[in-house]
Order: sequence, then structure tokens, then C-alpha cells
Amino acid sequence: MLDAALCVVQRDLLLAWRRRGDVATALLFFVIVASLFPLGIGFEPNLLRAIAPGVIWVAALLSSMLSLARLFAADHADGTLEQMLLGASPLGVIATAKAAAHWIVSGLPLALIAPLIALQYDVPAALYPVLALSLLLGTPVLSLIGAIGAALTLGVRGGGILLSLLVLPLYVPVLILGAGSVDMASAGMGGEGQLLLLAALLVGSCAFAPWAIAAALRISME
Amino acid sequence: MNWFWYASPQTFYPLAGRMAPWFAGAAFLLAAAGLYVGFFVAPTDAQQGEVYRVIYIHVPAAWMSMFIYVVMACWAALGLAFNTRLSGMMASALAPTGALFTFIALWTGSLWGRPTWGTYWVWDARLTSELILLFLYLGFIALQAAIDDPRRADRAGALLAIVGAVNIPIIHYSVVWWSTLHQGASVSVTKGASMQSQMLTGMLLMALAFWMYSIAVTLVRVRCIIKEREG
Repeated sequence: MLDAALCVVQRDLLLAWRRRGDVATALLFFVIVASLFPLGIGFEPNLLRAIAPGVIWVAALLSSMLSLARLFAADHADGTLEQMLLGASPLGVIATAKAAAHWIVSGLPLALIAPLIALQYDVPAALYPVLALSLLLGTPVLSLIGAIGAALTLGVRGGGILLSLLVLPLYVPVLILGAGSVDMASAGMGGEGQLLLLAALLVGSCAFAPWAIAAALRISME
Repeated sequence: MNWFWYASPQTFYPLAGRMAPWFAGAAFLLAAAGLYVGFFVAPTDAQQGEVYRVIYIHVPAAWMSMFIYVVMACWAALGLAFNTRLSGMMASALAPTGALFTFIALWTGSLWGRPTWGTYWVWDARLTSELILLFLYLGFIALQAAIDDPRRADRAGALLAIVGAVNIPIIHYSVVWWSTLHQGASVSVTKGASMQSQMLTGMLLMALAFWMYSIAVTLVRVRCIIKEREG
């Protein structure tokens, strides 16, 4: 079972590596969106410092969502997904492995780049670890919840835009807790509470999302 | 009596047709009584003046908006568990009414907020959760509209409704926590003394009227869906 999961992760990472451009596009999107805000709002340092966590988190949400549409699409098109459904290993495990690969490709780099964006927003360096940690804990939840939406909208008319309508309301708690942890830390109250709650969300979605993703895939493929 | 007899669309169709007018009539009578009590019998509020009377629409609409989502998720779960066609149809028939009540609750809330709070919209926890609830309804409707095969649309919508129902408490509490973090006590919906009994009567009558209306409209809509799909 674990072998199958590792195999799927390896395969998806290899595929992502072969098409590096796609991965880079999502990252670039994150950087561009975050850089647009000062142009629209102005470069008053106190204002930028105050909005930085929210802007970075919203940009992360959007960037993670953009790459979701590709999560199952290629496997659906060439029939691999059908073989995965018929295969011996549980569909939930395979779906989780695909979500994990999606996170390594689209979530993990965000957590590593985010301090750079924070630097542009004049955020104190002491907050970088909190920001990175909140993204490390929060972006896997985005991948798991998003995978449910991606599986539901598989092969559906207007899938991409529909996906955002389904998934963004469900992202709200992650956004609130993620941006909130940095806010609390910058207010000197420590963001541990929010980070713990984010970790709880991560554990909860690891437990329940695989079932939902597997059920959604079965519905879409029948 | 065998209730499962009515689990089939063919047998439910005439039953729904017979029940709908009764619920519609009850909704009409209860709404007339509720509006009469609300506008002519109930006294003016000491603090808010006449504007408080919007609660006769607003509060029942807000109750219904949340309750209908729960009912919808229950039908959805039934449909997934027992693979009955009617359950999915009921869930899709309920969604527009739920979205409508959510919208009415937001709309009347902002009409009430303008004279009372001085603004149409505040990022209060309840307003924000209600807005997100509206997005969840619209997502459900949009997903079902995008899928051509009705059985797949039912099942996909059902899964989404269940995922949404699991998430609603998490969303609600995170929003409550967020709004207490961001804004101080600038706005709070403090209840004065306990509500006057005539006001409560009017509100409960209106809540029952909305309830009957929802059932009547859902029955009519489910009849349309049955006719559309089963000819």
C-alpha cells in the first residue's frame, strides 16, 4: 500500500520535473500577484507591513488553486486514472499520494519563497519562521481539500472556474488561521495557537479528505 | 404504512402534487397572521424604533438558510447511502430556496444595519458566515448545472453538500474567532431585555410561514425535476 503511494508520488514528481514550466508558472503567479498589491495600494511601509500576511496567504491560495485543475486531468485523459480505480491498492491512498505530490510541487516552494515576498513588504525578519511554518502546515490542507474539488469537476464543462467556486469557500478557515498566526506573532502575542489549530486542520483533513477524494473520483469516472 | 412506497419518483409525484397546495395555503395564512402581528400588534422597539420590524423577515430567513443546508445535506447523504433517485432530486430542489433565504437574510440585514449601525455592511462574524454559506449554495447549484448526466450531477452535488456540511462549523468558528481578533466591540448585536411576547409571536409565525413556503416550493420544484427527468 505504501509502495503504491510512494510510486505515485515519485511518478508525479518525475512528470512535474519533465514539465518544469508548469510548476514555474504557478510560482511566478504567486510572486506577481503579491507584487501587484503595493502597486495598487501604495508603498506606505506601515500599511504594507499590516497587509503582508493576508496578501501572501491569498496569493498562496490562488496559486495553489490554479494548479489544481491539472491534478487529475492528464491521468483522466490518458486512462491512467481508470487503471488506478481498477487497481488493487486503495483509491484513497493513491488520491492522497497525488495530493501530496501536488503539495510538494505547488505548496512547499511557496513556503520557501514567502520570506522573500515578506522582505518586499518590510516584514520584520523575526516573523519569517512563523510565516513559513504557517504555509508549511496550511498548504497541504489546501491540496487535500482542493483535490476533492478537482475530482468532482473532472471532465466537467467550465471545470477551472467552477473549481474555484467550489473550493475557495472551503479554504476560508485555512486563510484565517494562516494569516492570523502571522498577525498574532507580529502583535507580540505568539502565533502558536493558530499554528496548532492549523496542524489540527491538517490532521483532520488527512483523516477525512482521502475518503472524499476517492468517492468523488468514483462518481466522476462511473 | 410503508413509507418506502413514496421513495420512488413515480409514486411521489402525485403525493407531492396533493400536498403542495396545503403547504402553500398554510404558508399564506401564517404569513398573513405573522405580518399582521408584526406590523400592527407588536409595539415599537424602545431603542431601535420602527426599523426593528425587519426582524420578522430577517430572522426567519436566516434560520431557514442554515436549516435548509442541513436538510439538503441529509437528503444528499441518504441519496449516496441508499442510491435512491428521489433523494438527489430533493437536494437539488432545496438548494435554490436555501440560496434565496440566505440572500434575503443578507439583504434585509444590511437594510437594518444602515439605520442602526450606520453602515450597510460590517465584517461581523455572522454576516461573514452567512455570506460564505451563500457561496456554498451557489457552488452546489453551479456544480449541478455544469454536469449533464443527472445521476452524476446528483451524486457529485451530494458529496459537495456533505463536505460543505462538515466544514460549516469549522468555517463558522474560524470566522467568529477572526472577527473578534480584528475588530473590537465597535458593533455588537446586544439584545436588550428579553423579547416582548408579541414580537416573539410574530417572529415564530413568520418562521412557520417560511417553513411551509419552503416545503411547498420544494415539492413543486421536485415535481418539475421528476417530470423533466422521468418524462
